[in-house]
Formats: sequence, C-alpha cells, structure tokens
Amino acid sequence: MNTALSVSGLVKDFGRTRALDGLDLTVSTGEVHGFLGPNGAGKSTTIRVLLGLLRADGGSAELLGGDPWRDATALHRRLAYVPGDVTLWPNLTGGQVIDLLGRLRGGLVPRRRDELLERFELDPRKKGRAYSKGNRQKVALVAAFASDAELLILDEPTSGLDPLMEEVFQDCVREERRGGRTVLLSSHILSEVEALCDRVTIIRKGRTVESGTLAGLRHLARTSIEAELAAPPDGLQALPGVHDVRVTGTKVELEVDNADLDAVLRRLTEIGVRGLVSRPPTLEQLFLRHYEGDLAGAGKVER
Amino acid sequence: MTAAFTGTGTLVRLALRRDRVMLPSWIAIVVLMASSSASATAGLYPTTASRVELATANNGTPSLVALYGRVYDPGSLGAVSLLKMTVFGAVAAAIMSILIMVRHTRGDEETGRLELVGATAIGRRAPLTAALLVTAGADLALGALAALGLAGAGLPVAGSLVAGLAWATAGLAFGALAAVVAQLTESARSAIGLSSAVLGAAYLLRAVGDSSDGARRLSWLSPIGWSQQTRPYAGDRWWAALITLAFTAAVTAAAYALVARRDLGAGLLPDRPGPATASAALRGPVTLAWRLQRTAVLAWTLAFLVVGLLVGGIAGNVGDMVDSDQAREFITKLGGQRALTDAFLATEVAFLALGASVFGIQSALRPRGEETAQRAEMVLATAAGRVRWVAAHLTVALAGTALLMAAAGLGAGLGYAGQAGDAHQVGRVLGAALAQIPAVWVVTGIVTALFGLLPRLTALGWAALAAFLLLGEFGTLFGLPQAVRDVSPFTHVPHLPGGQASAAPLLWLLLVAAALTAAGLYAFRRRDLAP
Repeated sequence: MNTALSVSGLVKDFGRTRALDGLDLTVSTGEVHGFLGPNGAGKSTTIRVLLGLLRADGGSAELLGGDPWRDATALHRRLAYVPGDVTLWPNLTGGQVIDLLGRLRGGLVPRRRDELLERFELDPRKKGRAYSKGNRQKVALVAAFASDAELLILDEPTSGLDPLMEEVFQDCVREERRGGRTVLLSSHILSEVEALCDRVTIIRKGRTVESGTLAGLRHLARTSIEAELAAPPDGLQALPGVHDVRVTGTKVELEVDNADLDAVLRRLTEIGVRGLVSRPPTLEQLFLRHYEGDLAGAGKVER
Repeated sequence: MTAAFTGTGTLVRLALRRDRVMLPSWIAIVVLMASSSASATAGLYPTTASRVELATANNGTPSLVALYGRVYDPGSLGAVSLLKMTVFGAVAAAIMSILIMVRHTRGDEETGRLELVGATAIGRRAPLTAALLVTAGADLALGALAALGLAGAGLPVAGSLVAGLAWATAGLAFGALAAVVAQLTESARSAIGLSSAVLGAAYLLRAVGDSSDGARRLSWLSPIGWSQQTRPYAGDRWWAALITLAFTAAVTAAAYALVARRDLGAGLLPDRPGPATASAALRGPVTLAWRLQRTAVLAWTLAFLVVGLLVGGIAGNVGDMVDSDQAREFITKLGGQRALTDAFLATEVAFLALGASVFGIQSALRPRGEETAQRAEMVLATAAGRVRWVAAHLTVALAGTALLMAAAGLGAGLGYAGQAGDAHQVGRVLGAALAQIPAVWVVTGIVTALFGLLPRLTALGWAALAAFLLLGEFGTLFGLPQAVRDVSPFTHVPHLPGGQASAAPLLWLLLVAAALTAAGLYAFRRRDLAP
C-alpha cells in the first residue's frame, strides 16, 4: 500500500517548551486515519508542520511524496485543509470564501459545491462576521469537500457542529473514502473516530503512544463484564488482570485484560452465572487508559 | 439602574492591567516633549526680542500657522515654547484616547472577549463606562503631569495648568467621539479609521481657520481649535475648555443612548446578504488583498485629494495673508512671495507624506493581522505561496501610498494652478508630492522587515513613524546632531517645490526601502507562522 504521509521522530520546540517530542505518524493512501490526543498533545502542531506552516526542529516528514516545507506550494494543490477554529474575513460572504479557497487551491467542483451547501444547510450569502462558529466551520468543510484534492487534512473539523450536521459530515467522509481519497482526521470525539477511521494513532505529550487498527488496539485492551451470579462473588479481585471490581449483592461489574479472560470466566462459572453481558473496550477506555497516568498525576498536584 | 453599571470596577482594573505599558508610554512621551520644549526654548530664545522675532515669523508664515496655529503672545516664553506642542499635545491625547476607547469597546466585542466577560455579572453599561473611565483617567493624568512638567521647567503655573487642561479636554472629546463611532462600525479597524478621520477633519478645520483671515470661525468648529483657543501663557482662556467639556458630555450621552439600543456584536446598520458566489476577479492573493483593502484605499485617496485641493487653494492666497511689516521683511529674506508659496507647499507636501505613511503602515501590517487572526493559515494551506501572499498585500501598500501622494499632489497642483492661473504649477506640485514616495516606502519597508524578522514587534513601525515625525519637528529645537536627524528618511527628501531637485537621495531611499522589504520577505519565507 502507498503511503500518503509519514512522519518519524518529529521534534518541534516553541522556546523552552517541547511541543513534539519524537512523534511518529504514518497514513496510507486511501485510508481514513484518526489522529487522537487530548488538548495540547501536539495534534495541531503536527498538522501545521505537515502543511509547511511550521518548520520542524528534528525528525523527518514526507507528504504526498514531497517535503512539506520545501514543496509546500506544489503539495497544497493536492490537499485541502480544515482548521479547528475557522476565522473568516468579516466582509466576505461564505460563498465568496468557498470559491476563493477553491481557486487558490486550483480547483473546485461546482456541482459538488452546490450539493454540499444544501446538505450542510449553509446560507452562502451571509457575511463572515454574521456566521456562528458551527457555520464558519461548515464554510471550510464545504470548501474542502468540494475540492478535488487527493488528501484531506481535517483538524478537529466538527467542533461547533450540531449532531445532525455531524451525521452529514460523517457521510461526506465516507464518500471521500469510497472515492479513494485519503483523510487525516484529528479529533478528540471518540465516537466520530470509531465510526469513521480505519486506523488510529494516539499521541500524548508530543509522542506517539499507540498506532494501529481499531481491532488491533482493542485486542490489547480490556473487556468489561457485567454478571448476575448465583451467590455473592469472592476472590475475583485476586485474579490476575482484573480491575475495577464492583459488587452489589450477587451482581458484579469488572474490567479484565483480554489475555486473562479465561481465568475470570472460569471463576464466574464456578460461582454460577445467571446473566452475563460482556462489552469490547470502547475507544474511550483505550484512550483513558493511556492518560490514567496523567490523571493520577494531576490528582496529586491538586492535593 | 445601578445594575447596569455592575462590574465596572473590575473592568477598569482589567483594562489598566492590559494597558500597563501603552498608557504610561503615551503619557510619558507627551509630558517629556512638553517639558523639553519649554527648557529648550528658554535656552534658544532667552530674550523677549528673540522670541518676538520667532513668533512674528511664525504668525506671518501661513504654512506654519496652518500646521501649528498662531502664537497669541509673541513675547511670552510659554506661548513660544508651546508653538508646536499646543496642537501636537492635543492630537497626541486625542489619538491615545481613540486607541484606548476602541480597544476596550469594539475591539473586545469583535474578538468575542466582551461576550465572555459580558456573560458574567457585568452590567449592560459597564464596558462603556469602564472604557470611558480609563480614557478619562489617562487624559487627566496626561494633563496633570504635563502641567507639572511645564511648571517644573520654569513656566508660569497658571499657563501650565491651562495647557494641561487643553490637552486633557482634547483627549476627552475624542475619547467620547470614539465611543460613539465604535458603536456604529462593525470592526475595531474601521472604528479607529473613522475616528482618526474625524480627528483629521478637526485638525484641518482649524488649519484653514487659523491660516486664512476670512474663515477664522472655522477654528471654532473644531475640538482641536477649542484646545488651541485656551491660549496657554497668552491670555489663559479657561472658558474655551468648557466648550470642549460640554461637547464631551453631549457626545458621551449619545454613546450611552446607542449602547441601550444595540445588540452585542452588532453595529447599527443590519447586515445585508451578499453574493452567494465570488466574482471571477476574486481568484488570487493580489485580488484578495485588494478586495480587503479597497475601501481603505479609496477613502484615503479621496481624503488626500480633498486635502490637496484645500492646501493648493490656501497656497494661492499665502502672499495676501501677510499682515505685518516684520513678516513681509521675513518673506523678502526668504526670496519673495513665490518662494513663500513654494515653502508653504513644500511643508504641506512633507506633512502629507507622513499621513500617507500612516496608511502605508496600516496596509503593510495587514499580513500580520491576517496571521494573528489565523486567516493566513487557511490561505497559506492552499497553493498560494508565502512570498506571493505577502507581496500581494505589499503591492496594495506600495501602490496605495503612491496613489495617495499622487492624489494629494494633483489636488494641490490643481488648486494652486487654479488660483494662480498658471497650469504649469500642476506638474511642479505633483512632482514634489511624488518625490516623497521613496521615503514613505522606507517606512513600509521597516514594517515588512519587522513582520519577517520580529513579527511580535510589528507595532514598532508606528514607533518609527512617531520618531521620524518628532525628529523632523523637534530635531532642530532640541539641537540634535545632523547624524541623528538623518535617521529619518524624510530628512533626505529634496525640499520641493522650490528647492534643489536631486535624484541621488531618492535612489538611495528606494534602495533602502527595497533592502528592508526584501529582508522581510526572505525572513518570512523561513519563519514559523504564528499563533
């Protein structure tokens, strides 16, 4: 499979703070790639390096076979970008901005533009200052989806969109994928990433902590189990790989590392199972697991 | 009723915290200029006779009267000391007040900060009240400290207090005016632009009024005129400040009336829907830059044309206005009436070049504004290259300043030629105006270099222009060495019309402007984009 973009060992300093600290990211052509991390993890900084707006202090980055800094202008013809916080010119209308961005990029599909305006329910005749945050976001989204770019770089593109529009956005991304285009989707809305992405990269404090398919990542993680038992359970806590055990009478809820599922199920059947619900780990749990350290640390500071 | 003012105190403290560098700097500059003018004048013109000579020469030269006003008591050390400062102090206080007022009203509203603050326990009138209090406090501090500085330099206390009062009230008037303008416009940029235009008109009204015998009462229509008519050290007419205060009170009331009627974020005029598609012309960085700046370019050009016509019209009458023997003698020494007219035009053209630089700086700062507003990010993520994008805005800045000088020169040439019945004058005056362009481009070059190399300090472009203005106006008075005065590009422009025309300094200025601009572009190509 071809690589649309790859970043390895990327380092970026802002004065004394290190924003990126050896970050790795690879996106294959034709995939929708989720780029996850909490606020301030370095998602936007990475994207800005990929767009040639910032110059990396170390590591390497390749975008569509070129150097994002040196070949910026040529590469930008082939990609479309939606920032997380869109600001528009106060006295240009949304329609004017969409056309302008399309022309600056080198192409816009007029029929697609009109169709998208309708789907996103966007009035193109309003002036930039009159749009709400969500509508400003839609202007940038329509400009990006109406382009014929082969790569879409979306930086938290749905902030400010209502759930209906979120649905439209997801449909558009799926259409892009069917059209064979590559999407890098930075987000912290996990349901969105779960619904759309083939692969995800999770970063934290400027470093990649996990990367792979969702299925692969789940495999490494925990399953949550809720069981109604014949008798009040005991000894579950002592089993290896078991976390967060909560017992209410004969009911138990717990989390277990997938590698240790066998032993837990065996113990449960020994007690006698009346009802059982097991759920694969959500992305949320995956995510939280990586940041547990941070949360605990934050707790300590507060104390 | 009092609920409408809840939180004013907190907002005042917030504003003072945000302005803790800007406010003291403005005040310190005005106070220092005033007290140094006083002590320098005392040293340069120690005798009454020498002061009378200077004052008479000034009062007999319409270009100087138009710029600075009259000396109402030629023998008074104080009046001669403040020859230039009376009007400069008023204008400086007015600009300071406009900037503070707009920054804390429309500026905060436009960025959405006021929304954040307004959702807390803040009364509807609190933001305006806080901005008015901060502005008034700054003006009063400026007036009080200036009076102290002048008295400290050995001038009479009463006159010093009147001078301080004149400046403080001029500041108050324009602060109140900016409060009204900020309600009417949608952006801080246009609020500052419109308020400055009113200030420019007020200055011009008194320039025409002071320098032409038939139209004296025009000076009484201008807050800057009222400020000058307090005549510090030359009659100390306190009551003229009362006019300004009454004006301020009326305008402030209007601002409160507007606040009560208006939604947050809105201007008074509702937004009309615009075109759903971009015209075929809006397709590249240059057309975008033009689209964003065209209103400003057209408004400034019109203003420069009008000012040019006025200046040209006055120039034709310059000889008639000479009303004293000393002045006539002074003029003969300068080379006759023709030379006097030329000197007047040359002074005015040089002053207009400073005005064109204001537009040049604003326009050259536009890329920085786009960058911090994060609109540059969206444009630069397209196939528009960085250099092309900045160059597009610079094209507007460079062509725009050239256009302004051409409009002013053409206006002044036509006005003068019409009065003198000599069509030949159009080319001469236009040429004089065009000769200023390279110096203006050095100023935009400084802004571009800052934008590339020290983007956070682009405001230093304004400081540079202020320094050039002060070097030109006060360099001789303070006895600064020629080497220091040579720092200003405007020092090197040939004194035209009438002076020796020479191309060499203009070519040097062009070279410096090109080098500064190239350095800025090169550095921007290589630096990180903000935020």
